[in-house]
Amino acid sequence: MEYKTQSLFFDEELTKYTVPALNEIFSKYRDKTITSIDLQKITKIDSAGIAFIDEIISQLELDPNNSLSMNEMVKTAYDTFTSAELTSTQAEKKLDFFTQLGLGAVNFINSLKEGIYLIADIFYWSFVGIFNKKGQRKGSVIHQAIFIGVDALGIIALLSMILGLILALQSAAQLRQFGANIFVADLMAVSMVTEMGPILTAIILAGRSGSSIASEIATMQVTEEIDALKMMAINPIRYVVVPKFHAITICIPLLVTASTLIGIFGGLIVAVTYLDLSATVFINRVFEVLTLRDAIIGLGKSYFFAWVIVIIGSYYGFNVKGGAEGVGKVTTQAVVASIFWIIILDAINSLIFYFNV
Amino acid sequence: MKKPIISIKDLVAKYGEKTILENISVDIYPQEVTVILGSSGCGKTTLIKNILKLYQPFSGSVKIFDKEVTSMDEQEFDDILSKVGMLFQNGALLNSLSIFDNVAIPLEQHTKLSKSVIEKMIKVKLDLVNLGHAINMVPSELSGGMKKRAALARAIALDPDILFCDEPSAGLDPLTSASLDDLILKLKNLLNMTILIVTHELASIYRIADRIIFLDNGRLLFNGTLEEAKQTDIPEIKTFFEIGKF
Repeated sequence: MEYKTQSLFFDEELTKYTVPALNEIFSKYRDKTITSIDLQKITKIDSAGIAFIDEIISQLELDPNNSLSMNEMVKTAYDTFTSAELTSTQAEKKLDFFTQLGLGAVNFINSLKEGIYLIADIFYWSFVGIFNKKGQRKGSVIHQAIFIGVDALGIIALLSMILGLILALQSAAQLRQFGANIFVADLMAVSMVTEMGPILTAIILAGRSGSSIASEIATMQVTEEIDALKMMAINPIRYVVVPKFHAITICIPLLVTASTLIGIFGGLIVAVTYLDLSATVFINRVFEVLTLRDAIIGLGKSYFFAWVIVIIGSYYGFNVKGGAEGVGKVTTQAVVASIFWIIILDAINSLIFYFNV
Repeated sequence: MKKPIISIKDLVAKYGEKTILENISVDIYPQEVTVILGSSGCGKTTLIKNILKLYQPFSGSVKIFDKEVTSMDEQEFDDILSKVGMLFQNGALLNSLSIFDNVAIPLEQHTKLSKSVIEKMIKVKLDLVNLGHAINMVPSELSGGMKKRAALARAIALDPDILFCDEPSAGLDPLTSASLDDLILKLKNLLNMTILIVTHELASIYRIADRIIFLDNGRLLFNGTLEEAKQTDIPEIKTFFEIGKF
C-alpha cells in the first residue's frame, strides 16, 4: 500500500491474509489527507478485503461512489460484499429498572400460575390414572419404578451406611466422655427416622431422578415429541408424568425405610465396635425411643419430597426454551430447585411438628 | 488437464462391520461445482465426512491441496480446515450463541482481522443469505430454512477455497433455493471457490453443476460432467433425471 497525492494505492492481494498487515500500514496514513482509494492494481480480493476498504471509507468519511477507483474484477466483488448499503441493525434496547422489576413480577406470577395448573393436572391425572389406565403406556409404572427405586437402592444404601457410621462416630466421641454411650442408639434412631433417612433419600432422588425427569421431558419438548403426543390426542402429563408420579409414590417409602434401617445399622456397628455396647441393648433402646409418630412424620414428609421432585422436574421440562443448551439449563435448574424446596418443606415440617407453631 | 484440488483413491468407509463406501476413487477439480447424487443412504454424507476426517476412513487415500489428510496430524489438518467451509445437513449452529456470534467463530479463530472488519464481514455474509434482520437472534428463534441459511453464512464466512454443502436447498422455498444457487455461482466465480454439494434438487443441479458424481449403495456409479450425465445410458442415472423432471 502506498500514499501519494492524497490517494491510497493498493496493489496485488487484498485478502484475509494481507488485511491485518495492511491495517497496520494504514494506521500510519490515517492522519493524512486522503480523498481517494485506488484499487486498479488489485489482482485478488475477498470479502475481508472489501470489509477493510469499507472500514477505511467509514473512518475517513469518504463517499464510496466518488472516492473509489476499481478495476472490473474488484468492482464485481465490491458490489457483492460491500456493507456500505446495509442498514445497521439496532442494538437491543436496554430496559429501565422499573420495567425490569415489573416484567420480573409478571413473569413470576405467570410461572406461579403455570406451576399451580401443572400441580393440579398431575394430581388429577394421577388420581384418575389409578382407576383408568387409558392414555398410559403398558408397564410404564413398573419400568419407572425400577429406574427410580431399584436402580437407586445401591447408592442410597451405600450413602446411608456411611452417613450412619459418621453420625455414630462423631456423637460417640462426645457421649463417651460423659459415660452416656447408650444414648448413641437414641440419637441414631431419632435422627435417621425423622430427618436423615428421608432427606438423604430425597436429595439423591432429586439428583438422579429429578434431573432425568427434567431432561427427558425437555428433550421431548425440543424434538416436538410432546406436540406429537398432543396431536395423537394423548395427554402428555398422563402419558409421561403420571407413570413417574405413581412410581415415585410407590418407591419413596421403601427407599426411605431402607435408608433409615441401613443408617441405624451403621450406628449399631459403631456402638458394638467402639462403645462396647451389645447389639441387643442397642436394638432394644432403638425400639424404646422410637414412637409411631416419628415414623409417620418421617415417611409422611418423604411423600411430599418425592412429589416435589416430579412436579419441579416436569415444570422445568415442559418450560424448556432453546435446543440442547436449554435442556442442560433446565436440568440443572430442576435439580437445584428440587433440593431447595425439599429443604424448605423439611423446615416447615419441623416447625409444625416439633415446635407446635 | 487441471490438477485436482481433492483426490480420493480407493476410499473404504465402514460403520462397525457394515461397509458404507467401497473403493471410491474420484477427483474434484478447482473452481468447479461438483454435485454428489444418489439415493438416500447410499453414502453421500459419509463421503463428505470421510474427506473432512469427521469419520476416519477405513482405508484408502484422501488428498486435499495435494496433501494426504488421512495420516495428517491435527495441527496440519487445522490449516487445511481454515480454507474449507462446511454446511451441514441440519445447519449445526451453536444454539447457545446468537447468529452473529455463530458466523463470527471462524473469523475470530482463523484470522487476525480487526473487530470492525469482522463485524462488517458478518453483516455482509448474513445479508447475502437474506438474514440481515436476524443478526441478534438465536438459532431456536429461526425456522429450519433460516437456520440453514445462517449455517451457510457461517460456512462462507472465511471465503473458503473449498465449500462443502450437505443438502443446502432441503427445506427451502423455490425462490430462496434459486437465490442460494445464484450465491453459490457468484462465490465460485468471484472467489474461485471449489464447491462440493450433496443435493437432490434437479432444478438446482441444472443451474449450478459442472460435474456429477453418482453413488449407488456405496459404489461409484458415475463420474463426469453434467452433459455426460444427461446423456448416459446408466439406468439409475437416467431414471433420476427422468423422474426429477416431473
